Amino acid sequence: MIQLRYFASLRESLGVGDEQIELPEGVHNLPELTRWLQGRGATWTSALADQRLHIAINQEIVKPDATVTDGDEIAWFPPVTGG
Amino acid sequence: MIRVQTEDFDQGAELEQLRHRNKGQAGAVVSFTGLVRDLNAGDTVTQMTLEHYPGMTEKALAKIELEASDRWELTASIIIHRVGPLAPNDNIVFVAAASQHRQQAFRACEFMIDTLKTNAPFWKQETLSECTRWVEPAAT
Repeated sequence: MIQLRYFASLRESLGVGDEQIELPEGVHNLPELTRWLQGRGATWTSALADQRLHIAINQEIVKPDATVTDGDEIAWFPPVTGG
Repeated sequence: MIRVQTEDFDQGAELEQLRHRNKGQAGAVVSFTGLVRDLNAGDTVTQMTLEHYPGMTEKALAKIELEASDRWELTASIIIHRVGPLAPNDNIVFVAAASQHRQQAFRACEFMIDTLKTNAPFWKQETLSECTRWVEPAAT
């Protein structure tokens, strides 16, 4: 299983904040996972195409081509605006 | 010390605790408080809601505090950030740094709030009179 999390405006666009899924067959890295999620439809395709999104794996910011393994917690979020 | 909380904080009490944690080693304490403004991009803001990433946010704040402590030899420091719904004039964030000399304390305090704004996973959503909108990051 992998845990997926979406925050702020992205969470609102997708209508989901977090979910657990089986690591899809043939998915080994973030670009493959993103393409798999975009297969869910137009909303996912456009929302995850936003180049400004940050991605964290196991709560550490990673590069867009990072490897994904079973058990990972993967989070997508827009640029931060705290403080 | 870092805290993420929904409730308000008392700067006076926090600074007093920080002073005691110094055990006499510090000569200076510098603090910063961030507040909710009632106006953004020309629109009246009636509420501000802060979202965060539980777990990752605390790790990010701890990392910022540790880096500041290493770079400026702080004797004590604190970062407090509120989450949830806030009203104009409410406290959002409090940062304080104690060091032997004021220069280190000033620089460390500025570093912590500046780094928090770009690195810590918090997101602001404003409530205006007719709608809500997510705050865009400041242009860099």
